[in-house]
Amino acid sequence: MTGPSRGPGQHRLFWAALAAPGIIWLALLFIVPFYAILAIAGGQLDLFGNPVAVWNPLHWSSANFTGAWHDVAGASAFVGPILLRTVLYVALASLISLLIAYPAAYFVARFAGRRKALFLILLIAPFWISYMMRMLAWIDLLQTSGYVNKVLSSLHLISQPVDWLGGMWITVVLGLVYGYIPYLILVLYAGLDRIDQALIEAGRDLGLGRVRTFLRVTLPMSRQPILTGMLITVLPMLGDYFTNQLLSGTTGTAMFGNVIDDQLTSSGGVLAGQGAVFSLLFLLVLIAPMIYYVVATNRSSRGAT
Amino acid sequence: MTSTATRSSARAGETRTAGTMLGKLLPRRNPWRHAWFLEGFTWLYLIWSLLPVALAVLFSFNNGRSQSVWQGFSWRWYYQDPVNSVLHNPDLHAAVVQTLRLSVYVTLITVPLGVAFALGINRWRGPVASSFNFVMILSFVIPELIFGVAMFFVFTRLFTTVGLGSLAEVLALVTWNVSWPALIVQARLVTIGRHYEEAAADLGATPWQVTYRVMMRLLTPAIFASAVLVFSGVIDDFVLVDLLSSNSSNTPMSVYIYSQQRGGNGGPALNALGTIMLVMSFVVAIIGYIGYRWLTRGERGSRLEALTTIAGSEG
Repeated sequence: MTGPSRGPGQHRLFWAALAAPGIIWLALLFIVPFYAILAIAGGQLDLFGNPVAVWNPLHWSSANFTGAWHDVAGASAFVGPILLRTVLYVALASLISLLIAYPAAYFVARFAGRRKALFLILLIAPFWISYMMRMLAWIDLLQTSGYVNKVLSSLHLISQPVDWLGGMWITVVLGLVYGYIPYLILVLYAGLDRIDQALIEAGRDLGLGRVRTFLRVTLPMSRQPILTGMLITVLPMLGDYFTNQLLSGTTGTAMFGNVIDDQLTSSGGVLAGQGAVFSLLFLLVLIAPMIYYVVATNRSSRGAT
Repeated sequence: MTSTATRSSARAGETRTAGTMLGKLLPRRNPWRHAWFLEGFTWLYLIWSLLPVALAVLFSFNNGRSQSVWQGFSWRWYYQDPVNSVLHNPDLHAAVVQTLRLSVYVTLITVPLGVAFALGINRWRGPVASSFNFVMILSFVIPELIFGVAMFFVFTRLFTTVGLGSLAEVLALVTWNVSWPALIVQARLVTIGRHYEEAAADLGATPWQVTYRVMMRLLTPAIFASAVLVFSGVIDDFVLVDLLSSNSSNTPMSVYIYSQQRGGNGGPALNALGTIMLVMSFVVAIIGYIGYRWLTRGERGSRLEALTTIAGSEG
């Protein structure tokens, strides 16, 4: 943007040619696929009730939309409670995540001193451990004969082993927290680390105590990292279908992601059209926070350089 | 970091003499004292975050089926057991191979594609460039499940010659990961500025020479870091490969663990598989860290910066 633009004419062609493979790739394998969702969602049902993709928007029908609406509000509605449960689980899990992540990130950013590298390595380590391995670790611990029950009963907190993996909501919520908290912590750390130490010192020098410096200086300045951090954890949590499958596996803890996943894979394709409709609705709800995230990170990265 | 520590101890004296109403009432405490409570809290978090995985790794070496009673060390679940070890069970074996294959193919395609895209988009200004840049950023933030559904439909209904399987997995993973090199290279381009490029152009270099001789040299750390992120991202990826795999020959490790573990205990061989995944990721991370430090030697920047870059956060 800055500086003189030199040699536009023929050089533009060179840069365009360089970008072309990526542009074609994204057009064919990112834009077209989303049109495919639309074509399936707006498609018709054949004689056997299987969804058929309709590529011409003028011939789109509302068959799948009606089907999806019946799932949400009809006589045999099952999606409504699942939606509510998803929102509750995700709200609770992200709140717990924030309560755990903020103090830890705050400590590492402000007080870790010369041990910062050590703490940072330990905070980043979960990124390099596969999500499935981390869930597997908890499945081992949470079995009826696992360590969690052993520890709890040796402390006399429970009299008989708890079936943690038998469909308990608390297991699923804590599983979500465990799964996504590393992302939140790293965003918070990056944001808190960027706060100018001099501002905090100024607060102190002007006579604020530790707590009030935090409330008046640090906390207001970490609003942006908190928001982006919450987005970066809430967005994937909303689409999560594997955590509750692994940690509970019962329909009593099913989330919205499971509805889409089931309609795509388990129904043998009959409900794929409704899966497409739900994916579209999901996208529609999330498009605003997604764009907010893009704008916010753009702004903060421009502010940093 | 260290400068903060010395600065704060120097300041400690001043703040104490500054003395406020509150300070006079309360017993004098060093306001820059160490935050022991927060430190304890952080250690508790770290233990909670890492101990379960350490135990899972430990029990992959257990000489027995139990995940909670230690029965002695063995390599049984890795290669000694003639039926259920990772080496001898064909499905487990295939999962390891598939993950490695996907990681290599996807990295080899994604990195050149993303780097060329970033360079081109950054220099070729215009509505097409900026709208596709937006599409690329959108692909970075879109929930993976929605993208996976889109990919599932496009390969089963439109590009039916692709179908489900390894090819679909590679195509989807490349699209999903191409934003890594694109974003990191663009960030690096901003830091580099245009001086080198303009100097080279003034000396008579063509755009191709500028790109190849100057920009590629300056971008090497960014390209390397994005290759590391893509490679490890593919090892860990689950949703896309779960939706797009069709049989055991194209099922990578993450999906295999999920399908075996869901609804019950899949046995210690799964722990061994998970440990292999973990070791693969850690090796990539260590190579990435050392390589990045080596490539950026002589530049200002710290170990911490290298750490956060390799973790995918420009912190």
